[in-house]
Amino acid sequence: MLKIRIIPKLLLQRSRNVKGVRFEQMRDTGHPVTNARIYDAQGADELIFLDIDASVEGRSTLCDIVSKAASEVFMPFCVGGGVRTVDDFHRLLQAGADKVAVNSAAIEYPSLLSEAAKLFGVQCVVASVDFRWEEGGPRVYTHGGQVATGISVLDHVRRCVEAGAGEILLTSIDRDGTMTGYDVDVTRRVSSAVSVPVIASGGAGTLQHMVDVVREASASAVAVGSLFHFTDQSPIKARAFMRVAGIDVRREAA
Amino acid sequence: MIAIVDYGASNLHSVRHALETVGAEVMLARTPEDILAAERIVLPGVGAFAQCVTSLRASGLMQALHEAVFDRGRPLLGICLGLQVMARDSEEGGLHAGFGWIPGSVRLISSALAGMKGPHVGWNEVLLSRSSELFKGLRADPTFYFVHSYHFVPDAAEILAATTEYGGPITAAIQRDNLFATQFHPEKSQQNGLRLLENFLAWKP
Repeated sequence: MLKIRIIPKLLLQRSRNVKGVRFEQMRDTGHPVTNARIYDAQGADELIFLDIDASVEGRSTLCDIVSKAASEVFMPFCVGGGVRTVDDFHRLLQAGADKVAVNSAAIEYPSLLSEAAKLFGVQCVVASVDFRWEEGGPRVYTHGGQVATGISVLDHVRRCVEAGAGEILLTSIDRDGTMTGYDVDVTRRVSSAVSVPVIASGGAGTLQHMVDVVREASASAVAVGSLFHFTDQSPIKARAFMRVAGIDVRREAA
Repeated sequence: MIAIVDYGASNLHSVRHALETVGAEVMLARTPEDILAAERIVLPGVGAFAQCVTSLRASGLMQALHEAVFDRGRPLLGICLGLQVMARDSEEGGLHAGFGWIPGSVRLISSALAGMKGPHVGWNEVLLSRSSELFKGLRADPTFYFVHSYHFVPDAAEILAATTEYGGPITAAIQRDNLFATQFHPEKSQQNGLRLLENFLAWKP
């Protein structure tokens, strides 16, 4: 059976990895290619690179970094940040990305997901959805959490999957960097609303949090930032812990 | 010298870097002559079946591959779509003829019927159908990285080297004489993938 994936999430800002709290107060966490090598050696199942500058210049830097990482480590990469066009998809895939994450553009350019799915296949189209709780429920935010759209998370993810997203990267802005646990409630609602895998993101602070969101919210994968960047936890320890807890993770990695 | 068939597949560079990491001297083969000059050949592939077959036929690369594999006995490794194009036909985007080198057809994975989530994407265990030098040094049920919606359904099980499970059995690898091909991506499968590529470089079918 398909394994539950452990995915370090690497944010890029001006060619460095950074990590903040609720998308703010960024701290440097090192060189992206070095980090990719470390997580590869620790048997991470996949890596997510998100360029939070999301600028045009940023995109060519992102391509360089992905290409460098892809020449050294041989694992699947999901890459995003400022992706607006199918040309952006093409360039990132050529650079070595296996999947491309689309966030703000999924709302600004509604046809992008379907065009990309038609050209490159649904398996490489990832809808990256950032949300916060508001009165009335969880709502979608774009542009690195800066723009409130007022759109319901469930409506949005359903539309993305209809358009051709093959996976959802679901990030709780409220939990991001706080290490207080994933938003199990919203993750559960999203994974039962759509037929594609959901990557839970934002809030991992203990290995038990990873077990909880898989078990209680049917997440297919867990994205991890601060827990791996700032503590002595690693994909190796996470894998062992999850396996003991009865989660079907890869055995022989690293 | 090992040739990677270059017809524009987007995983070509990953395949190249992975082969170089395990010590291969790699050439990108763009002409029939390039293919015939190589000792071993890798046929990578990501994309649509019909387009891939058409492009390999029109460029004469398919004919050169046929000569290299069947007349000269060169070892060939097909990856993902590089496995599927060897089939008799595929139902991806309508019924299209393949190379017809291996008996069987490419069909849509029936995962949707079994209530699985989307296409077969991710790490999955591979069960070896027989002992094979290509899987030497790996455990009996190693995990590899898969990304596909269609799969090769053989007419007879003899050609299977390994299978996996996703809402039913899925062909993970085929092997016959000097022909070996995987549905999974060794170039994305970390140590297991590198080991398999290393085994391919040493393979004397």
